[in-house]
Amino acid sequence: MESNAEQILELKSIYYAYHNMEGETRALTDISFTMKEGEFVAIVGPSGCGKSTLLSIISGLLTPEKGLIKINGKYLRESTTNIGYMLQHDQLFEWRTIYHNVILGLEIQHMLTTKTKAKAHELLDTYGLKQFENARPSELSGGMRQRAALVRTLVLEPDILLLDEPFSALDYQTRLRVGDDIGQIIKKEHKTAILVTHDLSEAVSLADRVIILTPRPASIQQTLPLIFHLEEDTPLNRRNAPEFKNYFNLIWKEINGNE
Amino acid sequence: MNELSVEQKNFLHIQKRHRRVVGVSRILILLSFLFIWEFTANTGIIDSFIFSSPSKIALCFWELTADGTIFLHIGVTLYETILSFLLVIGISVLAAILLWFSSKLSEILDPYMVVLNSLPKSALAPLLIVWLGANRTTIIVAGMSVAIFGSILSLYSSFSSVDPEKIKLIYTLQGNRFHAMTKVVLPSSLPAVINIMKVNIGLCLVGVIIGEFLAARNGLGYLIIYSSQVFKMDWLLLGIVLLCIMAMLLYALISLLEKWCSKRY
Repeated sequence: MESNAEQILELKSIYYAYHNMEGETRALTDISFTMKEGEFVAIVGPSGCGKSTLLSIISGLLTPEKGLIKINGKYLRESTTNIGYMLQHDQLFEWRTIYHNVILGLEIQHMLTTKTKAKAHELLDTYGLKQFENARPSELSGGMRQRAALVRTLVLEPDILLLDEPFSALDYQTRLRVGDDIGQIIKKEHKTAILVTHDLSEAVSLADRVIILTPRPASIQQTLPLIFHLEEDTPLNRRNAPEFKNYFNLIWKEINGNE
Repeated sequence: MNELSVEQKNFLHIQKRHRRVVGVSRILILLSFLFIWEFTANTGIIDSFIFSSPSKIALCFWELTADGTIFLHIGVTLYETILSFLLVIGISVLAAILLWFSSKLSEILDPYMVVLNSLPKSALAPLLIVWLGANRTTIIVAGMSVAIFGSILSLYSSFSSVDPEKIKLIYTLQGNRFHAMTKVVLPSSLPAVINIMKVNIGLCLVGVIIGEFLAARNGLGYLIIYSSQVFKMDWLLLGIVLLCIMAMLLYALISLLEKWCSKRY
């Protein structure tokens, strides 16, 4: 299959299973989809269906048993495209200041230069963390911590962002605000992003397209493009739009229909 | 300064009184112990030849400082303890890092480590004398042998209890296992390392004294064993008192290190 230029990510019949002494647990069967540059895709599905496994495979942390992944037309192993991964918990290190947490990735990839350091300071400033540069993570609120974790990912200038339920550890109010916040940041930076979530309203408010997975072993049940007729397409405006409820119910029925 | 509320003042007052009671009680226990000891020894209730007395011990310390021999004993024991302590910490950190990098190796070695850890190390001392000779090396190795296996085991278990999600973060930032060690495992195990140091400084002292009992010509362990053989109870008890003070000071030194570390990290 030929991949055209604007196709940043391509997955083709991905299979994966976990093995232990009791037997094997099939997690993913025949997952295929493609993504365009700048697109925001949300992946939803019943809990424990293998959503996070999929992200681990795209990021290269796990190797699929079958199938292939191409990024910018190159196989994952040969690809030089930077992939950013945001985990469920911020995992900021208490023994480092916020600034030193943010430059952890730069340190590891030996990319600490005057330019990247300036970039880190600039991003911290842009996202309202300038005054906390020298603070310890425990001094920050949950929302600010998650923003610091995003800056840690963005400072590496990833072309693809993988978000593994990054808001689920936050309380409801913070979650709405940070979800909105981070959604806007990703749009503004024109990042291609995949969000894995069990929160359907989060998926509908943020994504351009929703991929619904079946229960384990997960395969793609349906792909649903989201089209909102809004002057200003922000997550918060979406929540108040009439289409929001329709999409929400549609996805809800899809997921619960097979139980 | 904000004006303190009555309740806050009251609370502070109670806390202050509590600390004072604890401090005074501690000193009182020591003083009354010394007093009763001195009193009973002087009035002949206990035999001061066998039990000695605080004043005799003090006098004995004075005599031994005059010719400087006591400083030699203290210095030798201190040197041996600190050297074996530093070697134990260095070797066990290196060994635990090695075991962490190779989980297969750690699984293979696990039963051997457990056996070596539960073995009474004083049983090794006679063996060490034969192998290494009755010299300082034997004493330092004896000091290390008491602490090293337990220290490797607990360091390794602290290394492997690091949150796997934190290690996953390193991999998502394109790091490798070496980065996971230097950026996550080592810094997050610093409190565990200090705790192990606190335990080990005491254990090394135990091992060094065992070694000195058997293979020394100076040091506090030698002083104790020699004075028991020639029945100089003043010397023997002086040795024990000095060991108490030494153990306390070494422990305090590590507490100081802990405070310094927690301020920096």
